[in-house]
Amino acid sequence: MSASSRTGDASNKVTGRGPYYGEYGGRFVAETLVPALVELERAYEDLASSEAFQSEWRSMLADYVGRPTALYRADRLARAIDPSGDKLAELWLKREDLCHTGAHKINNALGQVLLAKKLGKTRIIAETGAGQHGVATATACAMMDLPCEVYMGELDVARQAPNVARMNMLGARVIPVTAGSRTLKDAMNEALRDWVTNVRTTHYCVGSAAGPHPYPAIVADFQRVIGDEAREQLAQKIGALPDAVVACVGGGSNAIGMFRAFIDEDVHLYGVEAAGEGVESAKHAATLTAGRVGVLHGSRTMVLADDDGQILEAHSVSAGLDYPGVGPEHAALKRSGRATYLTATDEDALEATRQVAHTEGILVALETAHAFARLADIAEREHARLGRSAVVALCLSGRGDKDLSTLLERLAP
Amino acid sequence: MTVERLTQLFAERRRDGRTVLVVYLCVGDPSVEDSRACALAALEAGADALELGVPYSDPTADGPVIAAASYRAIQNGGSMKSALDVARAVRASSDAPIVLFGYYNPIMAHGDDVLPADAAAAGVDALLIVDLPPEEGRSLRDAAEAARLAVVPLLAPTSDADRERAVLARASGFVYYVSMTGVTGAGHAPLEEAGRSATRLRVRAGLPVVVGFGIDSPQKARAVADQGVDGVVVGTAIVRAMAEQETTPERVRAVGDLVRSLRLALDAS
Repeated sequence: MSASSRTGDASNKVTGRGPYYGEYGGRFVAETLVPALVELERAYEDLASSEAFQSEWRSMLADYVGRPTALYRADRLARAIDPSGDKLAELWLKREDLCHTGAHKINNALGQVLLAKKLGKTRIIAETGAGQHGVATATACAMMDLPCEVYMGELDVARQAPNVARMNMLGARVIPVTAGSRTLKDAMNEALRDWVTNVRTTHYCVGSAAGPHPYPAIVADFQRVIGDEAREQLAQKIGALPDAVVACVGGGSNAIGMFRAFIDEDVHLYGVEAAGEGVESAKHAATLTAGRVGVLHGSRTMVLADDDGQILEAHSVSAGLDYPGVGPEHAALKRSGRATYLTATDEDALEATRQVAHTEGILVALETAHAFARLADIAEREHARLGRSAVVALCLSGRGDKDLSTLLERLAP
Repeated sequence: MTVERLTQLFAERRRDGRTVLVVYLCVGDPSVEDSRACALAALEAGADALELGVPYSDPTADGPVIAAASYRAIQNGGSMKSALDVARAVRASSDAPIVLFGYYNPIMAHGDDVLPADAAAAGVDALLIVDLPPEEGRSLRDAAEAARLAVVPLLAPTSDADRERAVLARASGFVYYVSMTGVTGAGHAPLEEAGRSATRLRVRAGLPVVVGFGIDSPQKARAVADQGVDGVVVGTAIVRAMAEQETTPERVRAVGDLVRSLRLALDAS
């Protein structure tokens, strides 16, 4: 494996606006798409940072999404995880599940659809795994009067049926993808094929902090509202930064949104990947933990692939984490050691779902449950690092209504 | 030889007033042996150059026919290694230019600083990497230059003057003009318009220009050629013709028949 020609270039910061994050990122797409990405990059740099755009988007977040979302101190769960309180002093939950449409995905969908509208695009496409980004994009399109088509793996169409119904009710067309593993990766392939065909009229609304530049930068910027709010709320409530922040990582959009606000501070960043049936099994989605450097969906990042460079099928009980790639900024944060990435299995996530529901009365998404599943471990690590009981903030990225059929099947109530 | 083999072919064909016919095969579909036999049959029947497709699990620039062929090929031993094996076998009996066609991830897995030398040793003359715009893959380009391998650039109808400059800056061998905004095998390509654009591009590039995507019949090949392009690429039609047959001899015959009909249409006065 050769090193990137750009490795070591001082301009390639681990975090920021791309196109490179350390040795990761870039723009690995067919030439047909490059002009559209350049156009999007310019629009994002000029338009999205303008006061007029920001104020329009921010007012949607306030009046339509319901931001700021609550920051809730989960005492019963904290005591269930650490009865003595010696290790986990306080657990704060950033309640993205309370966003309109039930997850953080709406922050980015509104921003991108608004941007597309300003660019004069007349049609929006999206990929979705769990359906949360699909629902969010369908919602933004209904609200801003643009036609919306969502590519979704056939397997995910089956296991996230409520979200498929929601997208249909919102006037979007859901296109089941039957190729390959019939999950998020294949939905993204099909969306890219659509985009290369209709690039002049269509905006591809990417939901993950992945894909070719400028998508990882755009998604991170539209999601950093999560961390910014959490930081401000903590300052008001406890007058301090947390010791650590935690989020689940598939492509990594909620995690990067949470991390960005704390990256320059002495705050430990923890991402939790899906270990499926175990990292040592072939059935997992722990790309950062067990993957290798490669190129997938337009960006150089960590991927699950074999020795021939063929991308492997990922596996996770949660459709939103079932992806053999990851956002390039996470690959860089892992490589630099700035963030720590752990894993949780399907069983861990299911158990955590039950525990959070029973102790706090919150039914979390299976994706989010992976972050909860590592809290005991994280409290242990933070206690060892700090020599005192830790304050931890977790991004509760979405609600679990969409997962009821999986939960009923896998978890006796 | 390597890049000179391409330069020489295009110069000769232009002198003779003939259009270069490039034939694409997906290595490993339905078997590596079929790919080898059909590649030789295509050259025998009048193809001037080969594009050996390295199958990839996520071929986002390809339409359903080549995407399905790639999945089959991976199941049946198609890989970078077997593509180089086929190149070696073809080179043993033919002097026709060979272009290795594919996506970047299998190249990274092979090692992008060693692949060009390995490919050149196998008889490959050029690399065409669909998802590697000129800003990326510098170490691969350096290694290709050292191995005297062309890295064929792609341009598309969406490419503006800025992109054209960037893409042509380090171009060698020939330029591949994508006939439309779309994936391989699409039936709606505006081919005459693409041919005219490619011919104008030829002057600016100072390199031969071939047109690909959507050329699936002798008539369409001729319509593009009539615009004055240096060459045409036929891929999906070849893959489809092979997939319709049951046995290797039938596939060899089908490829030979299709290539002969393409050659005839291109050469008819």
